[in-house]
Amino acid sequence: MSDDAGPVHDADPVHDHHSTDDLPAERSADVARAEGDPVPVGHRKGMFGPSLGGDTSGYGGLERDILFPGASAPPYGGYFDDIADALSAATGTAYTEGVKVTIDRGEMTLHVDRDHLLTVVRALRDDPALRFELCAGSNGVHYPGQTGAELHCVYNFMSITHGGRRVRVEVSCSEEDPHIPSIVEVYPGNDWHEREAWDMFGIIFDGHPALTRILMPDDWPGHPQRKDYPLGGIPVEYKGATIPAPDTRRSYN
Amino acid sequence: MGLEDKLPSGILLTSVEGLVGQMQARSVWPATFGLACCAIEMMAAGTPDYDIARFGMERFAATPRQADLMIVAGRVSQKMAPVVRQIYDQMPNPKWVLAMGVCASSGGMFNNYAIVQGVDHIVPVDIYLPGCPPRPQMLFNALLSLHDSIRQTKFGVDRVEAARKAEAAALASTPTHEMKGLLA
Repeated sequence: MSDDAGPVHDADPVHDHHSTDDLPAERSADVARAEGDPVPVGHRKGMFGPSLGGDTSGYGGLERDILFPGASAPPYGGYFDDIADALSAATGTAYTEGVKVTIDRGEMTLHVDRDHLLTVVRALRDDPALRFELCAGSNGVHYPGQTGAELHCVYNFMSITHGGRRVRVEVSCSEEDPHIPSIVEVYPGNDWHEREAWDMFGIIFDGHPALTRILMPDDWPGHPQRKDYPLGGIPVEYKGATIPAPDTRRSYN
Repeated sequence: MGLEDKLPSGILLTSVEGLVGQMQARSVWPATFGLACCAIEMMAAGTPDYDIARFGMERFAATPRQADLMIVAGRVSQKMAPVVRQIYDQMPNPKWVLAMGVCASSGGMFNNYAIVQGVDHIVPVDIYLPGCPPRPQMLFNALLSLHDSIRQTKFGVDRVEAARKAEAAALASTPTHEMKGLLA
């Protein structure tokens, strides 16, 4: 969508957004499916319970990859095509180089390269055809099995102008180089969310005005929500009986 | 017999210990703060249904400097621990601490890195109240037990003697970790 199409789009927002083809893709006939190869994010072995002997269920020997849907190809269906076209027009090379679109379960995820994150979110907020005014915060995720992209940060956006359109932006970085640009200068409300993602996952948000811990004490070592962080706890003794600390009672996976 | 027989009507005799104990037990002001779900039950205890005012405790002090009783209502996180200790330090003597619920008493279900495993790690606790969360009636039971012990507080040489007696009894008793067998 070209820049001069924006005001026209704005002029008739109500009519435009309540047409049937503007519904989320899960309710449209032409739902795009994830077509690229699924992305393995981890490997799961067995279930909880004993892994050696004593496993009468047989589930202990279960092995499977955790697969996430891969990239989709246009047309995406519903309003997703409008978002993709408008974002492509607004960001140009940043879109072609740094954005992969995944449509899954009727939801749109933009996997954005961290170098292009600020360009993309600024376009998401400012472009008249996008106008995602609301950033509902950012979540950290830790996928230890995804080598080179262990840490993810997920942003959820909603456009109020365009009748509650939603899009998800996902950025990844590695544990060795845990840097993601801060989007606080575009969405100031994301300040504390990024501090929490730093506190819990150790993602460093470059350009954040005051990236300090928000939940744990200031001098706390480590980042508790990472998968390799020990749960801790103490063994409980009571009249001769001892219950071990929770993280040593059984193995989950 | 003694002095009592010679008193005119309307005069009662008691000891300073007894009088002060009665007065302190009937005007305990709790500090206003709650940490988690137990605080909801503590607030419910203040409603007309349960009416904590029956025990002279409806005046939750908004500053620790006017409070006598710290009701630790909820789990204490490692980050909150220094704050709780500071509130305790700001309360004037005499002061009492009630660990309300299993989390404040022992860490409860939160046996992990983030939660202090019992508020007795950071402040001396006078009475433990189990429950998850304890109902207002259970809180009242704990408060009445605490009032009893406040009323029987000794003074001066009696206090030293009572402390020695309690210590001797504690030393003579079997520690819980040496009790074996039955879990009751």
